[in-house]
This record gives sequence, structure tokens and C-alpha cells, in this order.
Amino acid sequence: MSIKVVKPGLATSVQDLGRPGYYHLGIPISGGMDRYSLRAANLLVGNDEGAAVLETVFMGPELEFDKDTTVAVTGAELPPKVDGESRETWSEFEIKAGQRLTFDFLKSGARAYIAISGGIDVPLALGSRATYTLGALGGFEGRNLLSGDLLPIGKSSNSSRGKCTIPAALRQSVGSEVELRVVPGLYWHRFTAESQKQFFEDVWKVAPEADRIGYRFQKGRPLNFMDREQPFGAGSDPSNIVDSCYPYGSIQIPGGTEPIVLHRDAVSGGGYCMLGTVISADMDLIGQLQPNWPARFVKVDLDQALKAREERNKRLGQLRDAI
Amino acid sequence: MGTRYSFGGDDHIFAEVSEEMSLNAFFKSLSMTKAVGESQIKGLIEICPANASYQVKFDPDQIKPNDLLDELKKIEGLTSKTDATLKTRAIEIPVFFNDPWTHETLMRFRERHQDPSSTDIEFAASINSFDSVDSFIEAYTNSPWFVSMVGFVAGLPFMYQMVERERQIEVPKYLRPRTDTPKLTVGYGGCFACIYSVRGAGGYQMFGITPMPIFDPKQEINYLRDFMVFFNPGDVVKFKPIDREAYDHYCTEVEANRFEPKTVDFVFALEEFQSGIDAYNRKIGKKLYVN
Repeated sequence: MSIKVVKPGLATSVQDLGRPGYYHLGIPISGGMDRYSLRAANLLVGNDEGAAVLETVFMGPELEFDKDTTVAVTGAELPPKVDGESRETWSEFEIKAGQRLTFDFLKSGARAYIAISGGIDVPLALGSRATYTLGALGGFEGRNLLSGDLLPIGKSSNSSRGKCTIPAALRQSVGSEVELRVVPGLYWHRFTAESQKQFFEDVWKVAPEADRIGYRFQKGRPLNFMDREQPFGAGSDPSNIVDSCYPYGSIQIPGGTEPIVLHRDAVSGGGYCMLGTVISADMDLIGQLQPNWPARFVKVDLDQALKAREERNKRLGQLRDAI
Repeated sequence: MGTRYSFGGDDHIFAEVSEEMSLNAFFKSLSMTKAVGESQIKGLIEICPANASYQVKFDPDQIKPNDLLDELKKIEGLTSKTDATLKTRAIEIPVFFNDPWTHETLMRFRERHQDPSSTDIEFAASINSFDSVDSFIEAYTNSPWFVSMVGFVAGLPFMYQMVERERQIEVPKYLRPRTDTPKLTVGYGGCFACIYSVRGAGGYQMFGITPMPIFDPKQEINYLRDFMVFFNPGDVVKFKPIDREAYDHYCTEVEANRFEPKTVDFVFALEEFQSGIDAYNRKIGKKLYVN
């Protein structure tokens, strides 16, 4: 079976849980920015958690189906409609051959995940179906969807298991002011004590330049660097370092003005010093932030980060049990 | 000085071999990542060497961050005597300096540059005390370059100039990164040259463009059929300045899938290089052009 893309939405791409193992060559992991929601969507339609789905940002696509199947939409509150009739998010629903899936306006969050029973069956590229648009790799021809694309769908392994829905407590939601937990480190020592403090005090806002590569934040006070003679090879700006690797979630602050948190399509390295790293448990949440959304960074230590990861794993377990 | 270790959140360890760039630091980082790769430590997901540092990504559900840190320190102790020879290859890369495409781009982002009144290459020549852009290009293309890191975006090489530090070119990065850079731009930031493998954001000064693709996700280009990324850390690059006519010719050859990069295999020896840099570089040049 296949799905015809009638309208592509703003930026819709095929994503799964990504392609680890090539970051040393500058090829990032990619995959869904909000992996919790991606897994939930797959579980709802009876797919493997890591099957390929569509990730859509702010404005959903219009899709036409050529066979009866089941679909689920999770992540952002982007209400789905089948031939104009509303359907629930975070729930499995049926769609018949010839019917169209469209979306209402975005109510909250930023990225919705559309899972289709059988998964999106584009060819594997370096072990994954995830789209890395910068490298034109994976996904549907290495790019975001366009009108007229025909998406191949894999063989569905499940028979209908009745109506499946995820309880409210286990749905991803975005608070009115988000807290992102950060382990200070990497080039933390390059910032003045005052700037180190101030970074965690200020309320930042998501900048318009926020995408799968990284989320930029603005509106906090500028940060200052410790005086030093720049080491050979770093470049003369105090925010420059000898180009190094960048961890996923690491926070670089070029010129001390706008922090950038690297995400799933991260640039693998570069020459701007990093203040610390957003913990793995909070990475999904970043993918649901809209431009201008207020966020605070909260300082945690490694033990707290590991505890948060444990809690996230527990929640994933509850999600699996709920279906 | 020993390596500085730092956690990148709960699932990365970052190791800075040296704050400043040197070939010694690069060789140490490369040999440590090799040893880590051979170590069979469980839970390792990515091992990434960089210019004078390296990074690993791991699964904290499989190995505790502090246990992994101990393992890495142990490995550093064992590899402290670096084996400073490297089986590698020398590659000729044709470059069209002062091309119209990077020129258009650098003009578009002038307000993000230190010196809006000159071009990137004029600025670089002037702050490195060259009397003209031509003499700057001559210095740039006379010495070979070491690929000391592959990354930023898919397959992008960072290259370190193989001359004494006094002769090395150094430039700042853009004040604010650009949101656009033409594909195959030959750029420069800090003490590193690079080739932008794909079109995209960038903060390096832009000097020219090469007609030779270095990343092909479709793996259709004949010399990228086996793997989509051309460069490896440790490769040695020699730039060849070309004019518009030669550039267009190379592009036609690439288009017809007839282009083959000029390469030669050899063993690089750090000590021998350091004891006579110009002589060693001439040897590399001979290897490349005698065959």
C-alpha cells in the first residue's frame, strides 16, 4: 500500500529512532525529535516502537490512503480529521481506502508524529529510515515531503486490537514555562562566575531559528567569558575554541549572546565553546517548543541527570504497559 | 599536561587532550580513540576523534558514566607513548579561489563579519601580514594539510597546515555564523581549513570552491561508491589553485562521472616531519606528482 501526499505541511519528514554510529564522520543520529511521542504513536498502531513515522511541524500534511489501515497521531496537539471528521490524538483510529487525513490548527506543542500500521517503508540508509535533510540522506529521497510524493507503507503485522488510547497522564505535554535540566561542563570554566549564575536565572525565549539541528534561545542577558590569551588555533573571539566534538544537547553560546542547544540533526563539532549539556531525559521536550516559548535552564548534577533518566525509562515502561 | 575530562550530560564524555592545537595533540587524540575503539567497552555508541580532543557517546543504562570515565583514563595511561606514524594517503584538491559563488554569499552576510569593507580572503591575507591575496594563495597552496577531524556536517574535513606555527595562517570565525554556505566552499577558521561538504550554515571565512564532491549520500560518484564520505582523519591534502576554465572542465568531468581524485598512499612519520618540515613536505609533493 502507499500514501499520496496531497499537501506536505510546513516541514514533514520520515523519522525513526535514528542512525547511531556515524557521528565521527559528521553524520548525526537524526530520527524523531520527541522520541517518546514517536514510540507512543507506533505502539498505538501495533508497530515496533522504532518503526518509521512522519514527523510534522506546526502544520500537518494532507494525506490520501489507498487501503484500509489504522493510524495514530501523538506529540503536539494537532487534531487529526478523516474526511473532515475529527479524530482523537494519542489514540488509534481507522482510515478507509480513498479517505483523506487532514489536520486542524495546532493547539499546543510543535511536532506531531503520524504512525501508520506497517510503518513507512522507505529504503534503509546506513541502517535507518530517518531523514537527515542537510546531508540529503535517508527518509523519502533525503528530503522533507512534497505534494505528489507516494510513500510506501510496510506490511501490517497486527490485526485490529480494538480501540486503543493513551491515558492523559502518559501523554507528552508542554508547561507554560518549560524547565530544561542542564549538567554544567565541557567549557563551563570559560564563563565568568556571574555569567554562570545568570544563565540559570534568566527566562529565555525560543528564537525563530529553531529546527532539527538546534534550538536557539534569546532574550536572556549576554554572557561574559573569562579573560585569557586565546590558545593557538582557536580563533580570536573569547567564545571560540579549537574545534571539538559537540555532544547532543550541548549548549554553545557564540559571542555570548544566544545559546544554541544541539538536537537530533546536530552539527557534530565546531569552534564555539559549550557551557553544558541538556540531560537526555529532557531532549524530547525541546522538540515540542514553539518559537517565543519561555524556558528556563535548571542546573543539575550527574546523579540528578541519571535519576531523571531512570524516571523517563519508568514512564516508557508504563506507556508500553498501557497499550 | 594531562587530558581534561568532562561529562556531556548523562550520556557523553568529552576529553580535551590540549587547549591549543598541535599535531602532537591530534596524534594523541587519534591513538586514544583507536584504543577506545579496540577496547570492547560495553555501552559505547559513538567514538569521535577531533583536532585536539575526542568524545564518546554511551548508553548510561549499560555502563555507569563514572565507570566509563575510569576506563578511559586507564586507556590514556596505556597509550601515553603515542605511536606517531600513520598509514595514510595524500590527495590533490583543486580549488578555484575568489569564485563568484562564495563571493555572492559573503557579500550577503557582510554584517556578520569583522571587516565588512573587504572580502574574506582580503581580510585573511591582511591580518596574516601577506602583501597581496596572490601571495596568500601561494602560501596556502604550497604546503600540505593534515585532515585532523571529520565532522560538523556529513564528511566535512578540518585541515591543519603542515608548517611551523610561525608560518601558520590564523583567522577568526565570523562574528555570528552565516545561515548559508555554498556546497564545496573551501573555508577557514582559527588555524583550520575546511571544505563544506554540503550547503548549509557556517562560521568559517570563505576563500574559494572545489569542483570535487566529497560526500555523496546516493553513492553514485565512482570514487564514493564504497562509502559516501571521502575523507578520514589522517588524510593529507595538497590544494591546487585553478582558474574558471579549469573549474568548469573539472565540473564537466565530475558530471560525466569521469573524475578521479589524484591520490597516493604513504606512511606519515611525525618525528621525521618535525625534524625537517619543508624537506618532508617536498617528499610528499614528489610522491603525489611523480606517479
